[in-house]
Amino acid sequence: MPKSYLSLELIDKTFERGGTRSEVLKQVSLAVDKGEFISIIGHSGCGKSTLLNIVAGLTQATSGVVLLDGQVVDEPGPDRAVVFQNHSLLPWLTVYENVRLAVDKVFSATRTRGERHEWTMRNLELVQMAHAADKRPSEVSGGMKQRVGIARSLAMEPKVLLLDEPFGALDALTRAHLQDQVMQIHATLGNTVLMITHDVDEAVMLSDRIVMMTNGPSARIGEILAVPLARPRRRIELASDRTYLKCREAVLKFLYARHRFVEAAE
Amino acid sequence: MSATNLKLKPQAPPQSPPQVIALEPAARPRLDSRLPRFATQTVTNLLPLLVTLTFFTLAWQLICASPDSSLPAPTRVLEESWELIAHPFYIGQGVDQGLFWHVFASLQRVALGYAMAAAVGVALGTLVGQSELAMRGLDPIFQVLRTVPPLAWLPLSLAAFQDGNPSAIFVIFITAIWPIIINTAVGIRNIPQDYQNVARVLRLNGFEYFAKIMLPAAAPYIFTGLRIGIGLSWLAIVAAEMLIGGVGIGFFIWDAWNSSLISDIIVALIYVGIVGFLLDRIIALIGRAVARGTANA
Repeated sequence: MPKSYLSLELIDKTFERGGTRSEVLKQVSLAVDKGEFISIIGHSGCGKSTLLNIVAGLTQATSGVVLLDGQVVDEPGPDRAVVFQNHSLLPWLTVYENVRLAVDKVFSATRTRGERHEWTMRNLELVQMAHAADKRPSEVSGGMKQRVGIARSLAMEPKVLLLDEPFGALDALTRAHLQDQVMQIHATLGNTVLMITHDVDEAVMLSDRIVMMTNGPSARIGEILAVPLARPRRRIELASDRTYLKCREAVLKFLYARHRFVEAAE
Repeated sequence: MSATNLKLKPQAPPQSPPQVIALEPAARPRLDSRLPRFATQTVTNLLPLLVTLTFFTLAWQLICASPDSSLPAPTRVLEESWELIAHPFYIGQGVDQGLFWHVFASLQRVALGYAMAAAVGVALGTLVGQSELAMRGLDPIFQVLRTVPPLAWLPLSLAAFQDGNPSAIFVIFITAIWPIIINTAVGIRNIPQDYQNVARVLRLNGFEYFAKIMLPAAAPYIFTGLRIGIGLSWLAIVAAEMLIGGVGIGFFIWDAWNSSLISDIIVALIYVGIVGFLLDRIIALIGRAVARGTANA
């Protein structure tokens, strides 16, 4: 088996609370190539966020191992930058300072002050937020906050970018706009991306492959769908594209026919 | 568009000479309208206060008007304590000082004790807020000790320090520290998991986490504690000084009581109230400036 850039090998995760054990993830294995855009989709409670947290190092797997670029992941670090669902910007810092904090931390030894400033501004420009550099998070919209969150993560030059339902809290129009931006950034920088989502269109639109999770408890990878759509992808053209519709149908079938979310199972 | 522009242009020159005259009356009503607005605002804010003050003074005057009243009426206070009111910066011998110097001496003690309480309180609060173990070990002790009345510490601190001044400072310290510790601990414990995750992903070290995440995130709570602390300090200093003596607003009141100068006591109480109010406002202002942005996440 050829070594992949990011590999999850037989990840198990069991939570123990007050004597009751609940198995969240069972035998999850996944190999991701450099530059790939992977979406993980599944019903809520299927452990997809737990899986992302394990890759981020924020949660420890009960057994199994995560390898990134040949190294074992056992703690959080800037090589696996996370864009959190609720942006997680520090409200007492300005937009600029939020990104600068990350830049200062990651490049404190390797770049001069001037270079770090330039790099901060460059990343803000990348998400078109340079104009609001001196605003505080509370003064900009939800979509803008998420863009700053993305800029902060990109600025760390991570080996893999982890997106935890990054557009979940946004309205449909803002979401589409941000998806386009993420696609463009991915095309320019060629990042390896792992994105959690519950939006079928988003998954098909952005990903090279879609990882579909079965329902928890003991969730595992049910199926992996390759999306053979050429890039750059354009939203309007895709709306009537047969491959796109087929992929969409495949994901929908998986989610709603074969692994329908059973409320009683919760 | 161009048609309207063309129309405007020829109209402009004939209008400009009268505009100079027209501007002046235009500017005048603006100033006139701003002034009354400011005045109305001040009046609406202050008028109720002035009314109640007048009412209370009148009531006080009426109740204490009779010559054999045990407490002096406002007019008698003015009459008897005029020296005191008119010369707050008077410098005399020993404890015979203007009120300003008494208040100043008390404030110095408060500043020392309170500064120590703030430093130690925030440090201990951080410890208790961050470590489950420290909380289990220390929190019950704090909860018991904080209920001890400030003055109950005074005999003990007099025994320990053998001197009035450090004892008073210690009483301030021990009074102000509990709300600071407890509020800081709550603030630290309530730091959202998100911020901790950000810190972990960035691999902030202990000091960076403390300075860049913990303090700003907990600042609103810390300042709540500091504000309660300054109020309690001011309460405690007046009581402590009554027992310790020397220059200070507390002993001034006690001395006035011993000399049956009831009017002086009333003047001193007004000073104490206003200084306490100002101290509270100062801490609140600093808190608002420091915690800017944290409250509305």
